[in-house]
Amino acid sequence: MTVARFWRRIPQRYNLVGTKCNTCGDVFFPPRAFCPHCRRGGDLQEIQLSGKGKVLTFSVVHSASDQYSDQKPYVLAIIELEEGARMTTHIVCEPDEVYIGMPVRSVFRVLDEDGTDGVIHYGTKFVPDE
Amino acid sequence: MVGIITYGAYIPRYRIKVEEIARVWGANAAEISGGLGVFEKAVPDYDENTATFAVEAARAALARRAVDVSEIRAVYVGSESHPYAVKPTAVTVGEAIGATPVMTAADYEFACKAGTAAIQTSMGLVASGMMKYSVAIGADTAQGAPGDALEYTAAAGGAAYVIGNDDPIAEINDTCSFTSDTPDFWRREGEDYPRHGGRFSGEPGYFKHVESAAAMMMERRGTRPSDYDYAVFHQPNAKFPQKAAKTLGFTPEQIKTGLLAPRLGNTYSGAVPLGLAAVLDVAKPGDRIFVTSYGSGAGSDAFDITVTEAILDKIDRSKAPSVESMLAKKKYLDYAVYARHKGKIKV
Repeated sequence: MTVARFWRRIPQRYNLVGTKCNTCGDVFFPPRAFCPHCRRGGDLQEIQLSGKGKVLTFSVVHSASDQYSDQKPYVLAIIELEEGARMTTHIVCEPDEVYIGMPVRSVFRVLDEDGTDGVIHYGTKFVPDE
Repeated sequence: MVGIITYGAYIPRYRIKVEEIARVWGANAAEISGGLGVFEKAVPDYDENTATFAVEAARAALARRAVDVSEIRAVYVGSESHPYAVKPTAVTVGEAIGATPVMTAADYEFACKAGTAAIQTSMGLVASGMMKYSVAIGADTAQGAPGDALEYTAAAGGAAYVIGNDDPIAEINDTCSFTSDTPDFWRREGEDYPRHGGRFSGEPGYFKHVESAAAMMMERRGTRPSDYDYAVFHQPNAKFPQKAAKTLGFTPEQIKTGLLAPRLGNTYSGAVPLGLAAVLDVAKPGDRIFVTSYGSGAGSDAFDITVTEAILDKIDRSKAPSVESMLAKKKYLDYAVYARHKGKIKV
């Protein structure tokens, strides 16, 4: 990822800022500029998401790309946030801990880094909410 | 009066036992644990570093009390393991708590006392009326070379303090420091691990500075050790703070709550901030807390703190995990996996 592409996304990656359509009430993360349901009738505004949600489904990744190979096996999941938005994210836990419906909460972690001399990409992951 | 508005702590969930490190290096585990008084230490996850600890601790502080983040005008992070050599950790924290852009920020480095140096700076900014709130953080993922004496204690964690004078949960009555150029521990630019003066780091380093700063504080305040309910001293191991406390006249009971080193190791810049957080987790209005940090190189910062009524009704301590609960939640690693966590295996 280029440096500029990362820093443009810092607000959404660090703080889970999404968008909500005031017309239909749907919440989007990553944020959308346009409501796919209401189209021209949509009215989007930024919303701070709570960071609480539950696991809808998950995979345990054993064959990872280079930047994540030092973390394998790791859990990649689709979660549904309290506000209704769904997102793909890492769940930081042992592969045998995760289950469908597991409550999760957001944490601040390193997502990846551009080599040992490049930018460190921070962002949001999720952990079991005990 | 200037004081602590709210506080938060973070300790990662992984641990390694001293006996496991000793097994790998052919050392006598009982002798090492007996000598240091440390039995296990906290280890970061693969995706954690000083910046993630600092953010988690700052967010824990803000979860306990609804602070207007637009009034936070400074963030200082003290650490000797900042993720970048050039690029501040403090801006990542500022962004992650929503305090940017109208704020100043900087990273501090003073071995193990950079966190208390950040608290002192914040006190000055608030007391002078330059700002309402300043955030001071001490956090580290401490480095110890494989097989070195430091490896048995170099741990990971941190704590954050919002400093202000608007209904503090604890007033900081006074602070003073004792500082000299004493090369007892250092790490040169570009080196992965620090070096130290071995057994010479004790007397001319730790004990001279801690005891001098502590004695100076009690002289300034006209107090005796028995005037305090709790005392927190820097804890590179469990033995040094116990010895310094005894010399100064503090009882084992006074230092017990803030002495985390046996189960946590030495979290460097995070050590005294975490010890104080453990005390604040259980403190009652009127409790008086004596704090003295130590940073190699060398210097000590002493603080005289009084807990106020605000700790009961202005913050909700249950909104963030206590130090004790984070110490209890742990998963042990063997040395090989620990080495992978710490990036000690170069491929």
